[in-house]
Amino acid sequence: MEFKPGSRLKSSVCSAEVVVVRPPTGDIVLECGGHPVTPIAEAAPEGLALSADHQGGVAAGKRYVDAESGLELLCSKAGQGSLTANGRPLTLKEAKPLPSSD
Amino acid sequence: MHTSLLLEMAAGAFPERVAIGPLAGGLTYEELSLRAKAAAGWLCGFTGDKVVFVGTNGWALPAAIMASALCDRPFTPLNYRLADPDLRKLLSRTAPSVAVVDDDMLPRLKGVEGVTLLARSDFEAACLEPARRAAELDFVDPDIAVLLFTSGTTGEPKAAVLRHRHLTSYVISSVEFMGSEENEAALVSVPPYHIAGISAVLSGIYSGRRIVYLAAFTPEEWVDAAAAEQITHAMVVPTMLGRILDVLEARGEGLPALRALSYGGGRMPEAVIARALKLLPHVDFVNAYGLTETSSTISVLGPDDHREALSSEDPDVRRRLGSVGRPLPALELEIRDPDGNVVAPGVSGEVYVRGEQVAGEYLHKKAIQSDGWFATNDGGWLDEAGYLFVEGRLDDVIVRGGENISPGEIEDVLRQHPGIADVAVLGVPDDQWGERVAAVIVARGEAPSVADLSALVKSQLRSTKTPETWEFRAELPYNETGKLLRRVLKQELSRTGVPAA
Repeated sequence: MEFKPGSRLKSSVCSAEVVVVRPPTGDIVLECGGHPVTPIAEAAPEGLALSADHQGGVAAGKRYVDAESGLELLCSKAGQGSLTANGRPLTLKEAKPLPSSD
Repeated sequence: MHTSLLLEMAAGAFPERVAIGPLAGGLTYEELSLRAKAAAGWLCGFTGDKVVFVGTNGWALPAAIMASALCDRPFTPLNYRLADPDLRKLLSRTAPSVAVVDDDMLPRLKGVEGVTLLARSDFEAACLEPARRAAELDFVDPDIAVLLFTSGTTGEPKAAVLRHRHLTSYVISSVEFMGSEENEAALVSVPPYHIAGISAVLSGIYSGRRIVYLAAFTPEEWVDAAAAEQITHAMVVPTMLGRILDVLEARGEGLPALRALSYGGGRMPEAVIARALKLLPHVDFVNAYGLTETSSTISVLGPDDHREALSSEDPDVRRRLGSVGRPLPALELEIRDPDGNVVAPGVSGEVYVRGEQVAGEYLHKKAIQSDGWFATNDGGWLDEAGYLFVEGRLDDVIVRGGENISPGEIEDVLRQHPGIADVAVLGVPDDQWGERVAAVIVARGEAPSVADLSALVKSQLRSTKTPETWEFRAELPYNETGKLLRRVLKQELSRTGVPAA
C-alpha cells in the first residue's frame, strides 16, 4: 500500500477515513478496526467485521502517530475503529491551539 | 494533502453549520461543498491549466478556490485595482487559463490571447446546476494550489507558488479542526489576491468559523458590518486599524461582540496598538507575521503577550509590543549574518525560516535552499526570550558611508513625537555618503520643527542616524494592503529632496 504524504485511505470496516501527513520509514501494515485499510478510490473487501479489540474510535481533525515508524495520519472522517501500525496502537498527537491569526 | 479535503471534512462533520455569509441565509458547509463541486465540473469543460480570479470578495471566492483544487488547476487571483495595461499583462502571463471575472470588469480584459473569460454571474449560476452538483468527481493528485503575484513594491511582480502540501501543513498545524463555536464569525476585508485572503478561507473553513466578507474596505463599512453581523474575529492591516479606531472613537462604539483582532502585513505603530488595547479592552489582540512564500503566518504575538507587554515596567518586556512574537512551534527560525552564520540574541541579521508550510518558490525559480531554509529578505533580531523583532525589507536598509541603517528604528523614535501622525524613513542618493537618511513626515495638526525632530532622534540614536533630509506631506503612499510604497517615495525624493540647513 502506498503511504505518501496526502495519500487517502479508508477503513474496511467502519466509516473512518485518514490522510497521510508523514509517511512511515519502511513497510507497515496499517489497520483500522482490526483490518487493513483500503485506498480511498478502491472498493473495500466485503464480509469483514469491526474487531471487538479495536473499537476505540477515531475523531475527525485529530492526528494519530506511530512513534516507531514515524507515521502520522490526519483523520478526515470519524469512525468506530481504532488504528494500528504493525499491531501497535497509534496514539493521539496533542496539539496546543494557537491564537487565530487569519 | 489536498486543500479541498479541508472543506470535505468540514462538510462531513458539520454539514448544516453556516460557512459563508449572514447567520440567517448564509451558505452551509454542505452547500459550499456542493457549489465547489459543481463549479469544478463546469470549469473542467474549458481549456486552460489555471483558474484566474479577477473580482471582489464574496462566496464565489471560496467556491472558486475549492473548485480549482478539485480540478487540479492552480487558483490565480489577480489584483483588479491595477491599471488596465498592468492587469492585462499579468493576465496574459497566466495563459493558457480560464478567468472568472466580475461582470463589470469583463470589458477591461477582453481579447487577451490564451485566456477564456468567464463571467462571475455564469460561474455562480453553474454552482447551482443540479446535474453538476450530483456528479461524482475523480480523485486528483494534488500539486500547485495557488499562484500569487507578489505585490511588487519593487520591480516586476513574481508569481509565488504555493502547493497543496504547504497550505494544508499550515492549516492543520495551526488551526484546530472545527475548534470554533457556532456563533463565531470572522470579518474578512483583505482582498482575494493577498495571501491573507487565501488563508482566511482555508483557516476559516477548517476551524468552522463563519466568514463574512466586506467587498472592499472602508472603516465605516467595516464597523457597520462588525456590529450588524456580531463579528467575533477579524484580521486587519495596520493602516486599517488606525482608521477603524478613528470611527469607533467618533461614534463612541465599542463592538461588544468582538473577541479577537489580528493584525499583520506591515509595521504596526506602537501608538496605534496601545490605543487599540485601551479602546477595546475586551478584545484579544494577535500580531501575525508571515509572507506569501511561507503560506501566511510564521510568528505570532498572542493576546497574553500583548497584555503582559503593555502592563510591564521592564523595558525589555514592554518593547515586545513592537515585536511579532514567537515563531510557530511547527517551524524553525534563525537570524543569520551576511556570511550565513547564526547570530546571537539581540544581533540583527536576515530572518531565515524552515518548515513544511514554507514554499519559497516562484514560477520557474526555486528560492528555497536544498536544506529547506528560506531567506525571507527581512531584517530582524530575536530577544533573549525568543521574541522576533522585524526591521523591514533588507532592500530598504540605508547604507550611509558603509554603515547599515534600518529605517524602522528611526521611524519608531519619530513616532513618539505627538505632532507626528505617520512617518517614512528611507535612503536617498548622496554624493558624499552614497546614501543619506531622509524622513517624510505626516504631521498631526501643526508641523513640528525640524530642529525638534532632529533633537529627538539624536537623543536616542547615534548621530549618523539623524535624518539629513526632511519633507512634510499630507499623506504617505501605501498600496491597498497597507504596504508603504518606499520605492515611490525614493523616486520622488531623489528628484526633489531638500537637505536640511
